[in-house]
Amino acid sequence: MRFTTIFRVALRALRRNTMRSILTALGIIIGIGAVITIVSMGNGAKARVEAQVAALGQNIITVYPGSFSSGGTRGGFGSAPTLTVEDAEAIAAEVEDIDGVSPEVRDRNQVLANGLNWSTNINGESPDYPYIKNWNIVQGAMFTDQDVKSLAKVAVIGKTVVDQLFPNEDPIGQTLRIRNLPFRVVGVLDVKGFSLFGSDQDDVVIIPYTSHMRRVSRRSNISSILVQGKTSDKLDVVKSRIEDLLNQRRKGREPDFTVRTQEEIAATATETSKTMTLLLGGIAVVSLVVGGIGVMNIMLVSVTERTREIGIRLAIGAHDRDVLLQFLIEAILLTVLGGILGILCGIGASEFASAYFGLPTLISPTSVLLAVAVSTVIGVFFGYYPARKAAQLDPIDALRYE
Amino acid sequence: MAPVVQIKDIHKIYESGEIPVHAVRGVSLDIHKGEFVALMGASGSGKSTLMNMLGCLDRPTKGTYKLDGIDVSDLDKNELADIRNQKLGFVFQGFNLLARTTALENVELPMLYGRHRRLSAGQIRERAMHCLEIVGLANRADHMPNQLSGGQQQRVAIARGLVNEPQVLLADEPTGNLDSRTSIEVMGVFQQLNDQGISIVMVTHELDIAHYCKRNLILRDGVVVRDEAVPNRSIASNELGKLKSAEAAAKLIANPVN
Repeated sequence: MRFTTIFRVALRALRRNTMRSILTALGIIIGIGAVITIVSMGNGAKARVEAQVAALGQNIITVYPGSFSSGGTRGGFGSAPTLTVEDAEAIAAEVEDIDGVSPEVRDRNQVLANGLNWSTNINGESPDYPYIKNWNIVQGAMFTDQDVKSLAKVAVIGKTVVDQLFPNEDPIGQTLRIRNLPFRVVGVLDVKGFSLFGSDQDDVVIIPYTSHMRRVSRRSNISSILVQGKTSDKLDVVKSRIEDLLNQRRKGREPDFTVRTQEEIAATATETSKTMTLLLGGIAVVSLVVGGIGVMNIMLVSVTERTREIGIRLAIGAHDRDVLLQFLIEAILLTVLGGILGILCGIGASEFASAYFGLPTLISPTSVLLAVAVSTVIGVFFGYYPARKAAQLDPIDALRYE
Repeated sequence: MAPVVQIKDIHKIYESGEIPVHAVRGVSLDIHKGEFVALMGASGSGKSTLMNMLGCLDRPTKGTYKLDGIDVSDLDKNELADIRNQKLGFVFQGFNLLARTTALENVELPMLYGRHRRLSAGQIRERAMHCLEIVGLANRADHMPNQLSGGQQQRVAIARGLVNEPQVLLADEPTGNLDSRTSIEVMGVFQQLNDQGISIVMVTHELDIAHYCKRNLILRDGVVVRDEAVPNRSIASNELGKLKSAEAAAKLIANPVN
């Protein structure tokens, strides 16, 4: 029998049982569609968590001052005024494999502008800060090294501060007052949202650390030092270099500082992301199994109920090969067609979920490939295997099959 | 001329159960071209087993079977399929048409599997249509089996059996599922085909149906106990006429149509 004839016979058989063909394809469509949708939703959620982790900045090392103790009372980390701008400058000058350093001075203060006032975080930083924190300036620009040197009264502000102090106007070029000193707004930071620990990261005013130390907080020490490591694999080396350097600068005194890498801080977040990956893998496997069993069942049933048809074909002179090829082509046509529709449905459902429920979705080609491969293999196998069994029967037995 | 079917001392033993069943115990049989044979016998007499062997659907345990001069006893599965396709036509008791497939497509089916002939789709259609005309169903070509009466379905099956111009048409209780009137109609189709020279072998357990054939074989316990020509066989068109008159008399139908 010619291949084209078998192809025509297979097409005819599919068309003849439109409902059964649709149902079979539907099993595959739902199997593939479900896997793609679920995995894409999971991926989206995972990407969101990872983005939050990345928003903390990457490869950051933070140097905190040691603890302060007085008369037996011990303060916590960072309570001792032991870190200086010189420490930060030494790190910037001498430690290799770093991309940026920002001495930090933190404070809370009342800010006035426009006849409004708002209590917010006043952070003194270096111009490297947005780069280290992976935080974009959406309007205006970051202040410069020159501003740091000249103790300039300039500020870059977060979105919450903009909302509170400049609700209806362009904040760039406006003046806000900290401790009655006028600061010119030169930049607005991108929205960062809440931190993993629940604080509003956008509620911040950033000014040059020198201005902060001399004009606002009037202190000689700094709160911490942010260091941007070049690569994540060298982070531990950089960390110990910083420790060595600072110890050297302290000339044998007890270390009065602590160095932490961001990895340690973000360990929880990474853990969450790992859990998500595991969860996702589990869901994908379960969906694949469920989809696969659906495809298997409908294929098994639809082929088994056609044993008589196989008997008729054999009795009037079909070779078993003809029958097998026919069922193979049918199964391939169904699974390919169902696969394509399933991919479309999966993508559609993912888009729908992200558009209407605000769920982040991310379609992963691997999941598409895996879903299609698994259901195609299952569909073809269970379309082919019962047909093979039937074709191996004696035609009379196949004809008698009820 | 050599007989179309030549069977020598064939046996069939089923070994599937605990006790082997000796269904056919040494049947020898010659069927010549143009014969119309009825195989008769009670249940378990071996007539269906013999029929399956004649139809190359089942292989004899012992003995030889020559069909149209070819020894089919030791052909493999696919060679038997080709023999069935080229030399035999089948009519089953349960019609065995493909569901949801038009009469025409059902009749086309054997030609799709033909190994020797290479026919175009148009030729296949034309031949199938021709066979439907022979059985008087050309106007039902587009009907599905479930839209046809039992007699019509059986006629479609006969057309399917004819389409590859077989040496022998084999019919296994072709009237078993039909009422008496439709049975006569189907026998009429067989007689008409036989008159055109087609050899027919059919299994039946109804005496009056066997009476339409030219030769009756009676099997009992796996052996032929009687093999005789039918002396005064029924002619379907006459019988149908009689039936119509009788039905008219009983007011079953409006008026006898001549």
